[in-house]
Amino acid sequence: MAETAEITVNTLNFYYSGTIHALKNISLPVYKHSVTALIGPSGCGKTTLLRCFNRMHDLYPNNRYEGEILLGKENILDNATDLITLRSRIGMVFQKPTPFPMSIFDNIAYGLKLKGITNRAVQSGRVEKALHDAHLWAEVKDKLKSSAYELSGGQQQRLVIARALAVDPEILLFDEPTSALDPLSTAKIEELIELLRKQITIIIVTHNMQQAARISDWTGFLMLGELIEFDRTDKIFTTPSQKLTEDYVTGRFG
Amino acid sequence: MAVTVKRNPGDIIFFSLTAVASCTIIVFIVGIVFVLLTESSLAIQKFGVIQFLTSTEWDPVKETFGALTSIYGTIVTTALSLLIAIPVALGIAIFITEVAPNFLRAPIGIAIELLAAIPSIIYGMWGLFTLSPLMGNTVEPFLKKATASIPLVSVLFQGTPMGIDVLTASVILSIMIIPFTASIARDAFNLTPAVVKESAYALGTTKWEVVKNIVIPYSKLGVFGGILFSLGRALGETMAVAFVLGNNHRIFTSLFDSAATITVTLANEFTEADKDIYLSSLFYLALVLFVMSFVFLAIAKFFLLRAERRYSR
Repeated sequence: MAETAEITVNTLNFYYSGTIHALKNISLPVYKHSVTALIGPSGCGKTTLLRCFNRMHDLYPNNRYEGEILLGKENILDNATDLITLRSRIGMVFQKPTPFPMSIFDNIAYGLKLKGITNRAVQSGRVEKALHDAHLWAEVKDKLKSSAYELSGGQQQRLVIARALAVDPEILLFDEPTSALDPLSTAKIEELIELLRKQITIIIVTHNMQQAARISDWTGFLMLGELIEFDRTDKIFTTPSQKLTEDYVTGRFG
Repeated sequence: MAVTVKRNPGDIIFFSLTAVASCTIIVFIVGIVFVLLTESSLAIQKFGVIQFLTSTEWDPVKETFGALTSIYGTIVTTALSLLIAIPVALGIAIFITEVAPNFLRAPIGIAIELLAAIPSIIYGMWGLFTLSPLMGNTVEPFLKKATASIPLVSVLFQGTPMGIDVLTASVILSIMIIPFTASIARDAFNLTPAVVKESAYALGTTKWEVVKNIVIPYSKLGVFGGILFSLGRALGETMAVAFVLGNNHRIFTSLFDSAATITVTLANEFTEADKDIYLSSLFYLALVLFVMSFVFLAIAKFFLLRAERRYSR
């Protein structure tokens, strides 16, 4: 089937603190409404790559990008890119759940307020929809006013996903979203990703190769800052073209 | 089942030495309270608690003593100094934790710690020779003029601006407690997990929105504890305000009035206390301050502990 690339990464190089060369000549497409998994041993640069897509590295001094990441026709690495707009188009979910110090409702309404949606009724509708989309509504509908810290870890992670969904992102970045969760919560998040791909494009970093195999359509294997192989997930896990990839996915190292 | 543990003699000696060292603290506290109580017993018997705390008369000649003027002075100068110090201190803390470029954070941090380390008598001298004339000649006449037509507010700025008054004392106090409040607030702000801040940025927030909606709510208990610590310090501060307050026992309404605080009364009047009841009343006043500081510190400790427990998960 014909796939359209939503994001195209072209010879991306990234340097931490101006000197540490963390990503080397990365090029890959990210296809629209698909799940792309980034796998590889610790320190291979998969999270670093993920954090390039929403320019998270800009929060810390002296980080430098080279090359381009095209979102549509626009290079998001351009200095002129408005990071606030970029980040509202590309959401992110982190390894640990990161609820904000406010109520469940306000956690989700927060992003809406940032977008200038202050009408309470509109907010309520969007909050409810986001909670439905994140499969959390049934569990929290009676306690929207309570603190988000009262939820379990798995619920908090779904809350964070709901918060990201509420602002209608085109792309959602997941940075090992289930590594701090129990198997049951992990299964729920995976189901959720399965459903979300119909509406949005997903890039997920994961340590768990079964997870990558289960939920992704495309997989990129990174090692030491280089993209060793990028292909359809079933190909990567059954007949990879690189020896390194095969050794990694069969558990010979990593 | 009883298990006897054979203990190493070195451990026993080590235990005893450190235990004795720690016990001295308790001995000191008990000793201080004991002296305050016995020395003030004469005044406690004569004036009682309610009368001492509510009487505004502090008259060594008639030998009637009431603490209200000193308590009032203490509370007003402390409150006013916090009012000035808190916004500045929070501004500093926000700047060095969230806004400042990295190369500026360390120097400002060090400057704050240096400011906190200056002995208070130096603040007092600087206050008398530099700040007081500045206040009396420039700032206070300006405030008086600026507020003259505003009802109620103008009451605060009545009288002749001399520079030796409540306002000057409060300004000095605030300069003294800014570094404390700022460094505690900085530590509290730094407790906000980086990943929570990052996820706010990832949602498309600006720096200010992260500070306002994430960092401050996250650390408000810690900051509140820090403010109470500073309050405790302002309550007990003597030398910085002794020169510029004027030691005048009365209930003032204008910030240009001279006044007295508990500490300044004690520092100024111990040498003059020729009668037993006078001396005893001063001790009584000291006891009142001891209790006030103790209560504020206990509250501060309580909030800091709660903040730590809540976010150490």
